[in-house]
Amino acid sequence: MTWDITEIQKWDWKKHPFGGTIKDPGNSRKFKTGGWRAFRPVRDENKCTQCLICYVFCPDSAIKTKDDKIIEIDYSFCKGCGICAQECPLDAIRMCDETKEQS
Amino acid sequence: MNSLIKTAALVGTDAVAEAMRQINPDVVAAYPITPQTAIVETFSQMVADGLVKTQMIAVESEHSAMSATIGAASSGIRAMTCTSSQGLALMWELLYIASGLRLPIVMPNVNRSLSAPINIHCDHGDSMGARDSGWIQLFSENAQEAYDNTIQAIRIAEHPDIQLPVMVLMDGFIISHSIDRLDLQDDTSVQKFIGSRNPAYSLLDSQNPTSVGTFDSLYGYFFEFKRQQEEGMINALNVIQEVGNEFGTLFGRSYGLFETVGMEDAEYAVIATGSAAGTIRMEVEHLRSSGVPIGMIKLRSFRPFPAKQLAELLSGLKAVAVFDRSDTFAGHMGGPIFIELRSSLYDLEKKPLTINYVYGLGGRDLSEKLVKKAAGELMETAQNGFVRQTVNYLGLRE
Repeated sequence: MTWDITEIQKWDWKKHPFGGTIKDPGNSRKFKTGGWRAFRPVRDENKCTQCLICYVFCPDSAIKTKDDKIIEIDYSFCKGCGICAQECPLDAIRMCDETKEQS
Repeated sequence: MNSLIKTAALVGTDAVAEAMRQINPDVVAAYPITPQTAIVETFSQMVADGLVKTQMIAVESEHSAMSATIGAASSGIRAMTCTSSQGLALMWELLYIASGLRLPIVMPNVNRSLSAPINIHCDHGDSMGARDSGWIQLFSENAQEAYDNTIQAIRIAEHPDIQLPVMVLMDGFIISHSIDRLDLQDDTSVQKFIGSRNPAYSLLDSQNPTSVGTFDSLYGYFFEFKRQQEEGMINALNVIQEVGNEFGTLFGRSYGLFETVGMEDAEYAVIATGSAAGTIRMEVEHLRSSGVPIGMIKLRSFRPFPAKQLAELLSGLKAVAVFDRSDTFAGHMGGPIFIELRSSLYDLEKKPLTINYVYGLGGRDLSEKLVKKAAGELMETAQNGFVRQTVNYLGLRE
């Protein structure tokens, strides 16, 4: 039986496997960690040349690509570390304050 | 089942080492500390002689001893360690990890006072400090009970409804280094009694990989895990009794959460634990033979604390004297057993008067004379209907 944690936030204390043991591997995809973020990276598509340096440097694999092109930044996992903005040679990524700017 | 019994004369540490030989744990990681050293020393010899299949890990501290034991137990095998006093103190942060990860580790702790001043003799200050660490704590009166408790602790710790570590407590030197007559069961019966460990999860099960020791802070389920841990402790109240009964049926020595003397008609009672129970029982039986309505409760399980069971037994009594071999330094609140017992009695309609005797710190002897003095004061309290002094230091030079 696989251990579906999709609804984990609604579980009562009896449902959790004891000791905090995670009994099925690979469920970190369902464990959204984007809530840590204080600054949000926003990519300027006009400036971006698709060099993919941000993709290489992102420690959380939050730069999503398809056919070698960036399609989006996955805010469910991006923790706002700002490495992508720091490394972008064209300053095409801007870090926005989560509480003030929405884009 | 007919269990073969061998009567032996052993010091407490050798009795525990003998229990460990019969348990044959997969891993023992330990570091020497007086007065526990002799357990691991004897057991190491057993390992060297090939009497057990245990992998012995000689570590560089008690912090490492408990860490290695936790790692070993996480892999689903039986892991044990032993300690005393400062060694237990050095294990501190790991004690909470062992219970939090729900690992059924069994650890004999030979009770010794904590520094300063440095003292190697018995009091219960070391294990009492770990009373909120989530470990089950079972006290022993003599070498026989230390041996019996070590064997039963395996069953209690590994019970599916519990999955918590167990500390087997015995008084330093008084039990650990005194030669006692005791009955040892045969290896096959002990092995049959403890069975094999059947872990819910195992780090070494490559077919069912798990993560142990995970981080929990983002959504925060820590509270839920801690509530589960308390449930294990609540379940232990029944399981300790069940395992003690089964042990009695098989081996002729039954155990429960506590033992009583004369409580059926007692008007006042004494509560004690550890080796002092022997001296106190002798005095209680002597008084009862001359018609004094005194009873005695020897507390075996301090964690879980059998609050409800004790309150039922003490309801309607005139007075209770609690003996504590440690102090809480809370500003004249008395010892830990006293504080918890008083709390247990609070909801009773007919509450007994309560007196506390803190005794034997740093190995100060509890003589028959001191027990007589306390028993006299208990009788006086019951007759007068009031407590002259709640917290008393018995045997203190004053």
